[in-house]
Amino acid sequence: MIRLSVNGEGREFGKEMTVASLLEALGTPPERVAVELNLQILDQHDYSRTVLKDGDRLEIIRFVGGG
Amino acid sequence: MTFMKDDFLTIGGVQLKSRLIVGTGKYKDFEQTRMAIEAAGADMVTVAVRRVNIIDRDKENLLDYIDPKKYKILPNTAGCYTADEAVRTARLARAAGITHLVKLEVIGDAKTLFPDTAGLIEAAKILVKEGFVVLPYTNDDPIVAKKLEDAGCACVMPLAAPIGSGLGIRNPYNIQIIRGTVKVPVIVDAGVGTASDAAIAMEMGCDGVLMNTGIAGAKDPIAMAEAMKYAVWAGRLAYKAGRIPKKPYATASSPVEGMIE
Repeated sequence: MIRLSVNGEGREFGKEMTVASLLEALGTPPERVAVELNLQILDQHDYSRTVLKDGDRLEIIRFVGGG
Repeated sequence: MTFMKDDFLTIGGVQLKSRLIVGTGKYKDFEQTRMAIEAAGADMVTVAVRRVNIIDRDKENLLDYIDPKKYKILPNTAGCYTADEAVRTARLARAAGITHLVKLEVIGDAKTLFPDTAGLIEAAKILVKEGFVVLPYTNDDPIVAKKLEDAGCACVMPLAAPIGSGLGIRNPYNIQIIRGTVKVPVIVDAGVGTASDAAIAMEMGCDGVLMNTGIAGAKDPIAMAEAMKYAVWAGRLAYKAGRIPKKPYATASSPVEGMIE
């Protein structure tokens, strides 16, 4: 089991997973979002080959209305 | 409007067909946002960068309504109180893969939302080095404006008044000095309350106006968006036309000769 912090929320998953599969599990289409893993921004091309480890901290952002 | 057809504004190599830049916050829904932007005739729109909601999934995405192919998207760093936070937010915005433009905000105080200009200049220097096109939201301070230009910002965006205040241009002479100080475009950003405020900014020779609450907070946002479009046009045209000097006494418009006796 791995424990992740995703946007400040604790999440537990049964097995190792990639960033791409995390986004899928969260129902977040990978287009038009950005992912920061342990304060490092990930290239979108790396989502499918970046394997998450226990204790990883992620920020996933998108654009919302703003001035 | 043929007289405004080729009156483009170029910021950091990005050509804008409209001098009115609008925000996308505070609307009733995405459809109203879309309609207001269209009514404003805007070519560039600002957006904010926020966490994806992982508890309550978003049903819709703003960008489903505001097509990045049709509009230039300008992500902001609103809500950032340090240079570090703003730089981090700007990097995330760029990583979303749509744009390398950023409306840089480093806020100094929650009550006034005035910029922390020291942090702003610091963040601007970092982001310019990293290849961002930086559009800084700044105070109506000519010295800071010059420093931002020297740091490589693509324009300067002095506030008219506090964000969302609707007070109009509180310090027109400073805005005028800024216009005369920097060579990069000057965009009046924040504090516009109604159409005349936008027109005044343009009459003073500013290159554009950025607003959000002035439109979104109006009773009829779509109508106000259209009013702002005409105000920016009118002000721009009046500036280009060259106004008459102000004089304390009258000058007759009708001939003084040929009066009946």
